Amino acid sequence: MPARTSWIPYALIAPSVLFLGALFLVPLVQTVWLSVSAGDGLSLENYRRMASDLNFSLAVKNTFLLTLVVVPLQVVLALAMATMVTKLDKGRDLVLWVLTIPLGISDLAAGLAWLALLQNTGYLNSALYALGIIQGPVGWLSQETPVALFFAIVLAELWRATAIVLVILIAGLQLIPKEFAEAAEIFGARPWTRFTRITLPLLKPSLQSALILRTVLAFEVFAVVYALGGRNFPVLAGEAYVWQNDNQNYGVAAAYAVLIMAISLAATAVYLRVLRTHPEQLP
Amino acid sequence: MALPSARRLLLWTGLAVLIAWVLVPIYLVALGAFGGRLGVFRWPKSIWPTDLSFAAMSQFLAIEGVFNALLNSLIAAGLTVVFSIALGAPAGYALARYTFRGQNAYRLLVLLTRAFPLAILALPLTVSFIRLGLYDTPFGVSLIHTVLALPFAALVTQSLFMGIPREYEEAAWVFGCTRFQAFIKVILPLALPGLAATAIFAFVISWNEVFAASILTVRERTLTAYLLRILAESPLHYRFAGGFILIIPSVLFIFAVRRYLFAVWGIASK
Repeated sequence: MPARTSWIPYALIAPSVLFLGALFLVPLVQTVWLSVSAGDGLSLENYRRMASDLNFSLAVKNTFLLTLVVVPLQVVLALAMATMVTKLDKGRDLVLWVLTIPLGISDLAAGLAWLALLQNTGYLNSALYALGIIQGPVGWLSQETPVALFFAIVLAELWRATAIVLVILIAGLQLIPKEFAEAAEIFGARPWTRFTRITLPLLKPSLQSALILRTVLAFEVFAVVYALGGRNFPVLAGEAYVWQNDNQNYGVAAAYAVLIMAISLAATAVYLRVLRTHPEQLP
Repeated sequence: MALPSARRLLLWTGLAVLIAWVLVPIYLVALGAFGGRLGVFRWPKSIWPTDLSFAAMSQFLAIEGVFNALLNSLIAAGLTVVFSIALGAPAGYALARYTFRGQNAYRLLVLLTRAFPLAILALPLTVSFIRLGLYDTPFGVSLIHTVLALPFAALVTQSLFMGIPREYEEAAWVFGCTRFQAFIKVILPLALPGLAATAIFAFVISWNEVFAASILTVRERTLTAYLLRILAESPLHYRFAGGFILIIPSVLFIFAVRRYLFAVWGIASK
């Protein structure tokens, strides 16, 4: 039956191809087009306006800083979680369920949850007050406390988006044959050696997926920041939103979008190259 | 392999900390949502439930626009489920059962979507959506949410159908079923739980999405878009009420699909 290609598979994929063509490829081209057109010709005016905007360099700096701090921490935290969970024999499903709950929580809701904790009269300040560290409500999320605001956003992002890394890594761990670690143990390899010499290399494809997904999403970060700090902490996606919605300037918004896409693609290319696996290395 | 008791204690302490780390913020936003106007400004706060009341929550739900936003979120998420399954499952079936020219190109198209921040694509779509009359409709929002959920649905259903032996279908053909009948009577019932899990994921993706929904709506906002819009001017207890309403379905959804979570992502991240 599969010997000759029939029309059936084409009929089956056609709807999704048309859909992705219309709503992924076309808008992609449109975004680039919008960003380089001004008036009635090609021009880099939108990019010039974007770059000369007061918030621009701050937004670039903040977005990169967030990504560089959050993504590595998430990978380490998720690896620690995954290792702990795999050691469990009782209650594994329940623990996993709880640890993956944030996967279903939106960035906006996560921001609001941490706002309950971190706002002026919130629970963190109450605890610090009870311990005698502060005298009264302190604002952590204002423009005057950029460092505290940054850490608040890092915490909320760690809380929300580590679950996805955990799920991808556990799915990857399940694919590694147990015999490898057992054999290494027989030959006297210590747990740390087993982890760095066997588990990590074999986990590379999963790490790659997790890193690509998380980095792309980190450059898109927006609602967490908005919920916690309003516009006190400019990020790229937030600026795109403001230019589109408040300033009604689609060209500059598109320029921001192209910038975000270019950074995401560059990061993806780096991960694909640095973490490439040769087929013969796979179990 | 049993761990020595000291290490076991350490392991459970670590896990307890992690579990608390996940659950405490949810608990605190719930306190904020049910603590009312007074509770929000109480100082210092107690971590035990005090001044609990449904007043803040019911006031929030009674605000003009909230109910409508909730409804729009449900419609957009429901449509996203329908579209991503209707478009993604046939593609997944084709990838699982046939070898055909262009298969790799199709896979590439699907994987390519992962390297782009997709919600950003909503920016140019506002212009075309206004022209097509899709702007400011839950339907329009669901279209862009389907772009987010469709690649995922295609990859997951592919693995789902690959897990069902081809022989079952062939046996049905021998007994006189057409291809279509064989699919409906034999394959579909077996694939149903996995399809349900895929549907729930599509629902969550749409329910949670903020950026595209905020760009593409003005009056007919989804709940996330509505909350984002009122964030700056709304009192804290309303924000917590909104956050809590956003969180609750997610917790239940993850519980419903917990069995599939790892299988699904093992495939989708390949």
